[in-house]
Amino acid sequence: MRPELEIISAWIEPNTRVLDLGCGDGALLAYLAAHRQVSGYGLEIDTANLLACIQAGVNVIHADLEAGLADFGDGSFDYVLMTQTLQAVRHTEALLDEMLRVGRQGIVTFPSFGFWRYRLQIAMQGLMPVGKTLPYQWYDTPNVHLFTIRDFEQLCRRKGIAILQRTVLDHSHRIRRGPQLWPNLLGEIALYRLGRL
Amino acid sequence: MPSTFPSDSVGPVSPQVAHFAEPLALDCGRSLADYQLVYETYGVLNSDSSNAVLICHALSGDHHVAGYYQDADSAKPGWWDNCIGPGKPIDTRHFFVVCCNNLGGCKGSTGPTSINPDSRKPYGPDFPIVTVKDWVHSQARLADRLGIRQWAAVIGGSLGGMQAMQWAITFPERLRHAVVIAAAPRLSAQNIAFNEVARQAILTDPDFHHGHYYEFGVVPRRGLMIARMLGHITYLSDEGMRTKFGRELRETGAPNFHFNFDSEFQVESYLRHQGRAFVDRFDANTYLLITKTLDYFDPAADFAEDLSAAFAQTRARFLVISFNTDWRFSPARSREIVRALVRAGRETSYAEVPSEHGHDTFLMPIPLYHDILRSYLTRVAQEIGDAA
Repeated sequence: MRPELEIISAWIEPNTRVLDLGCGDGALLAYLAAHRQVSGYGLEIDTANLLACIQAGVNVIHADLEAGLADFGDGSFDYVLMTQTLQAVRHTEALLDEMLRVGRQGIVTFPSFGFWRYRLQIAMQGLMPVGKTLPYQWYDTPNVHLFTIRDFEQLCRRKGIAILQRTVLDHSHRIRRGPQLWPNLLGEIALYRLGRL
Repeated sequence: MPSTFPSDSVGPVSPQVAHFAEPLALDCGRSLADYQLVYETYGVLNSDSSNAVLICHALSGDHHVAGYYQDADSAKPGWWDNCIGPGKPIDTRHFFVVCCNNLGGCKGSTGPTSINPDSRKPYGPDFPIVTVKDWVHSQARLADRLGIRQWAAVIGGSLGGMQAMQWAITFPERLRHAVVIAAAPRLSAQNIAFNEVARQAILTDPDFHHGHYYEFGVVPRRGLMIARMLGHITYLSDEGMRTKFGRELRETGAPNFHFNFDSEFQVESYLRHQGRAFVDRFDANTYLLITKTLDYFDPAADFAEDLSAAFAQTRARFLVISFNTDWRFSPARSREIVRALVRAGRETSYAEVPSEHGHDTFLMPIPLYHDILRSYLTRVAQEIGDAA
């Protein structure tokens, strides 16, 4: 989580308003509030996470992302964040649209299914991939859409979403040269800053 | 009163009275020349008076929120005792807790049962209909009297939550936090309709005597009882009633229906009991008055019907809580409040707590609900500790 926090934090202008979709225990928002003086809210469906946010003093709103973001006005946030969440929602496209309706920019991170180790697991063992970023078995995973970096970028092109910035982390979750050159093979986690074309 | 108290109880308590000789101008255009508020406090006010918490009561509540009365024959503590006390979510080791019976009430604060100085008889129906805003102004005077410039938090459920909202709007600088539980930004037509049926039950009781029943030595028992029974249905959920009563008959093992109108089902006897018990502890004119207070509450009305404009001037941080089976003030109503707060750029958190108990959940020690309150208020206590 740490490298992700730092990368996202560096992308965000200080003193801005952010909305974090699926904010978990609020660690990212707390980090951004401390380091970038952002204000905003997290949306979260899980009550244990909700409680953790309240304990951390993070503004959290109990909400189901699948129901959309109708409570939020157009362009009402500078950034809408979705870290490690997109693969776990059913209405992927609708949520991306909502994200860039409500936010001037979107920041998305996800585990890439195209990571070479995952490819090997399927190719060699014939088993669904399990690893650091995909820690679940096929039968208990909350992830309903698994996709690769190339998949995601194709979708962005088709939807007219501009990729303003991309960083790919390798297995050690560090920024290295290799994954930037061959992201779809060597990237285990992808981070994007998105906007409207 | 029990001879010993649980260790997390505030213990024996007694009400206090504050008289106010300065006239209070009311929303209705009239004013109260002289009035009193009866209130209770628990915990200790700190040296900079920054740890005070105001609890606002709902329709049938009063100032006795926690602890036990010395002279009471019943062992029942105040109405929110499960939430207030040392180690409880509203922790009296950190906070100085204040609650007053609202104006127009019938538990000691000036209201319809008080003597009208002009007529030397009880006000009855002549007592002015007060609004949530009037209450907040009167509570602010009590705060002045107690030396509290700013509340650490104003907390309330249902109509109490409406007072917390109004506090944030009317006196932005006088509270740090507003905790709004199972409330609504204003009543729906359905809410008002239920209130109207309750009022009609009282108004049409032959013992009502246009509200001057005190002079006739009677009370409109039937009307008030029906009003309370109706209210009670709206406080519970279909699911909760099914779990609690189902279609159980009163007489266990009774093989047949009686084919008459005596109370046969458990739910009937429960409602009748609730209605009867209420008549003995509540005044019909106060009930009428407070249902109107509810109907009139609409903070957006002063801001061209824009609730977010009403919240734009607030400074408090909000915690909004709803309960999933509450249909009196449903989660959708709480989300209206949250949406307006977000649009106004105000700091807020929101939780929808699962519970089968409907609107009444706000009085119950549901673990997640109390954990949320406790976590939030722990932060509030830290904050005022840091500021001191």
